Amino acid sequence: MALTQQDIDLEIAAERAAYEKRVADGAPVEHHPRRDYVPYRSSVLRHPRQPLVAIDTGADPELVELHSPAFGERDLTGIDNDLTRQHTGEPIGERITVSGRLLDRDGRPVRRQLIEIWQANSAGRYAHQREQHDAPLDPNFTGVGRTLTDAEGRYRFTTVQPGPYPWRNHVNAWRPAHIHFSVFGTAFTQRLVTQMYFPNDPLFPYDPILQSVTDDAARQRLVASYDHSLSVPEFSLGYRWDIVLDGPAATWTEEGR
Amino acid sequence: MTKIDTSGPEQVPPTPSHTVGPFYGYALPFRGGEDIAPLGHPDTVTVHGYVLDGAGEPLPDALVEVWGPRPDGTVPKADGSLRRDPATGGHLGRNGVEFTGWGRIQTDADGHWYARTLRPGARGGSAPYLSVCVFARGLLVHLFTRIYLPDDETALAGDPLLTRVGDRRGTLIAGTEGTGLYRFDIRLQGEGETVFLEYQ
Repeated sequence: MALTQQDIDLEIAAERAAYEKRVADGAPVEHHPRRDYVPYRSSVLRHPRQPLVAIDTGADPELVELHSPAFGERDLTGIDNDLTRQHTGEPIGERITVSGRLLDRDGRPVRRQLIEIWQANSAGRYAHQREQHDAPLDPNFTGVGRTLTDAEGRYRFTTVQPGPYPWRNHVNAWRPAHIHFSVFGTAFTQRLVTQMYFPNDPLFPYDPILQSVTDDAARQRLVASYDHSLSVPEFSLGYRWDIVLDGPAATWTEEGR
Repeated sequence: MTKIDTSGPEQVPPTPSHTVGPFYGYALPFRGGEDIAPLGHPDTVTVHGYVLDGAGEPLPDALVEVWGPRPDGTVPKADGSLRRDPATGGHLGRNGVEFTGWGRIQTDADGHWYARTLRPGARGGSAPYLSVCVFARGLLVHLFTRIYLPDDETALAGDPLLTRVGDRRGTLIAGTEGTGLYRFDIRLQGEGETVFLEYQ
């Protein structure tokens, strides 16, 4: 029997109830999804059953994972952070500006580090060969960008508002509009791939991927804010989204600087 | 003089992780992502294998990132892994001589991946290893593991992680298939499940 939205809603509610009970019983707040999250069917065979093995990074500051690969100006072109200028014509859709800061858990900016994004076009179609959703491709929009954070950890992208799109987790499954982010920190331990959502999307409660983050406050941190000060007159609407990287890092302090 | 400070209270709640999804293939992989070693370098090693799910099926849409030190154990500081071409907007890839230590490989239609990199040197109290981060559709949070190379049994016997994981240590040690050629499968679930790591 085909899996319906109602089936998924019940599973999402059960996962939330289980999480709330864990917290009520004294378990810590869960900032990240559990890898084992049945409402997202693709997770079923793709999560480890054994517990992860903890590495105490404080015990060995020499671990290579406490360092990050380096990225620089060579890894970018000047328009890589403007997804509306990568073709000869203008992409269709509402232009948006997405900007924020990349921070670690101590609130320190992560400087000169790589942020990559990818997204569907304004009709909800990815420029990917295996994407079968029959919304139109836009010859003027690929939907891929990258940038380096500045000295204050800031980043900025110009793009178009992505559309929501259907997928086949269950019958009538729709992903809320989102932009994929891939981010590096000062340590490989801080590596993050995630998705940024737009405020007040009516699809939020139905989406098992967003709902895999069962903590309300944590889920809210995936949603950008509309920020009028980032809107560009006669050009684009502005959204602010700060990213905070998890995981331990070595802090390098060069004396005399 | 460089000082490392790993102290400090955690104050800011982190941004949650999400799956990389199925459609990153036109965005994240780049030309030469798997060819990390400078051309003709004598310390080049090739590591290859499959990424497998809980049914033993290979994943045609997994993304593997490899990060490791130079053969002398020092950490690469060179950028330029995914050099871009300002003329075409495409990827130039690496320049063939510098070693960035990092690469990114999407598994192919058979679920297979390989990386050619430099043999990692030992750091701290660990036996030499490559750090690995795995992403996939269906994987809500990426997974870290390590590839230890099998050649120095004394170093492996003294490695703090390998001694802790008991009879699962074999999942972290690559198999030898030839001179400088190693096999490392990543099993996400089930029998022979790879040891995955979390950093605290």
